Amino acid sequence: MDFSLNEVQEMLADSIDKFIENEYAFDTRQKYAASESGYSDAVWNTFAELGWTAVPFSEADGGFDGDQRDIMVVMQCFGRGLIVEPYLANVVLAGGVLKRVASAEQRERWLHPIIGGELQASLAFAEPQARYDLADVATTASENRDGWILNGNKGFVLNGGTADLIIVPARTAGEQSDSKGITLFAVSANADGVSLNAYPTVDGLRAAELTLDGVRVDSDCVLGDVGNGLAALDAAVDDATLAVCAEAVGIMQVLKDKTVEYSKSRTQFGVPIGSFQALQHRMVDMLTACEQAQSLLLWAAMTCAAEDDQAKRAISSLKYLVSTSGQTLGEEAVQLHGGMGVTWDLDVAHYFKRLTAIGQLFGDADWHLDKLAA
Amino acid sequence: MKTPGVTVKPIILLDGVHEVNEIHFEDVEVPVENLVGEEGKGWTYGKVLLQHERANIAGVARSRYRVRRLRAQVERSVRGAAPMASDKNFMRRLAAVEVELKALEYTELRTLAAVASGKAPGPESSILKIKGTEIQQAIDALYLKAAGYYALPYVPEQYEPDFDDEAVGEARESQSSLRYFNNRKASIYGGSNEIQKNIIAKHVLGL
Repeated sequence: MDFSLNEVQEMLADSIDKFIENEYAFDTRQKYAASESGYSDAVWNTFAELGWTAVPFSEADGGFDGDQRDIMVVMQCFGRGLIVEPYLANVVLAGGVLKRVASAEQRERWLHPIIGGELQASLAFAEPQARYDLADVATTASENRDGWILNGNKGFVLNGGTADLIIVPARTAGEQSDSKGITLFAVSANADGVSLNAYPTVDGLRAAELTLDGVRVDSDCVLGDVGNGLAALDAAVDDATLAVCAEAVGIMQVLKDKTVEYSKSRTQFGVPIGSFQALQHRMVDMLTACEQAQSLLLWAAMTCAAEDDQAKRAISSLKYLVSTSGQTLGEEAVQLHGGMGVTWDLDVAHYFKRLTAIGQLFGDADWHLDKLAA
Repeated sequence: MKTPGVTVKPIILLDGVHEVNEIHFEDVEVPVENLVGEEGKGWTYGKVLLQHERANIAGVARSRYRVRRLRAQVERSVRGAAPMASDKNFMRRLAAVEVELKALEYTELRTLAAVASGKAPGPESSILKIKGTEIQQAIDALYLKAAGYYALPYVPEQYEPDFDDEAVGEARESQSSLRYFNNRKASIYGGSNEIQKNIIAKHVLGL
């Protein structure tokens, strides 16, 4: 089997790696993370100019015609650079819904500006009571003469505080956890009745709690068929799960490399700590975890791109592995750095925090293992 | 600490909290009468004190309290659709931690019985430190898991008594990740768990 990247993917990875090396040092990242919006508009413009925001969209939409393998390449690089810009919220989640169900007019109105880097969008995939169940939607939408009225609460809307547009799944029929009866709405963040309580997250990123209080939405803001929104929501979240796993694999590789490097330079009892067999074996375990995760990532990305019927299984397998062995690897990286590993000033702690957050995103290890065991 | 030549620099930990410092001593003059014990015996005294510290770090009582509170939290099941108390995976993990904790409680009681009969806690206190911190960190991970997405908001000011804005999630939920991150230190300080294993290998097993 040929596991090498194709020419376009090689160029993509090269250009992202170069950007990180030249313009995205850890201190710069920390500065962007601490800024008001939590990321850099200038960096976002660069992403758009270099075509990274166009990767997973069709040529007809002005995209690159890329698939999950290309997203894998981008996100793995982003993991290595610990990027805080809202690629996941905009391109993978909101873009992922729009590219699947939006009409020609809706694509013109929202998808093309996302690709161009001019519109910030997000997807309200979670409700406070729902944990990881996408079908648990208590937010309601009722139809009236002029359109729809939305009421309810959404939790953990990634980059919700800076989004212009939020895609909101709401229940138009059925009971709270029914898979039928969910409809997707494009809601302007400025609409009357929309309130956003935005906050930083422990990994240096941003999210928001969204309250919809009698929000009026026009009929032309319904995305896809009324009552059949779950499929597109689910597909976009699957893409996003694969994307954060790729990011996690990039992070795992950095943590492994940094730990090995540190163990060669930090001396104790007169010798580098890397000379202790007890620690060597643990770093071998870290390497093994990286290789296993990389392998499953490749399988999952290929399976998804081929629209194979194993795709869901592959995503849950990958997420389970990343949420377990990835978490252990992060803990080991901190432990082997000793007291330095738990300080804010060291980048290792921040890679570890992002890895931990990814562990919880879109279902933790047990959630995905349950799916595999079902 | 006000003596000339002593400088203190804060170190911020990974959860954003300031609780430790770097202290630098540059030609600090200390009067002879401030010498504690005998000259040159500091490490001997230190080792005895550290054995007490290790027994203390085990934190059995605190872990018992935290497990009890976690059980109450998941049984209240604030988050509706899939209450944690009905999640078998979670409850099995919690039960497994309780088994380890009960064992440690009795290991600690055996150490205390030895101390009561006049012995200082020996190198066995290293076992208390290793297991105690492993259990604490396992409990941290369970709190993190129980909170789901609400482990992730970073809003430390909402735990302050004078916070009057709208809080995100239940207070304990978003504190769970900060606690988890902060307490990674437990297996590092007090002599890292790796060092404790060296002590046991050398002084208990005679290797």
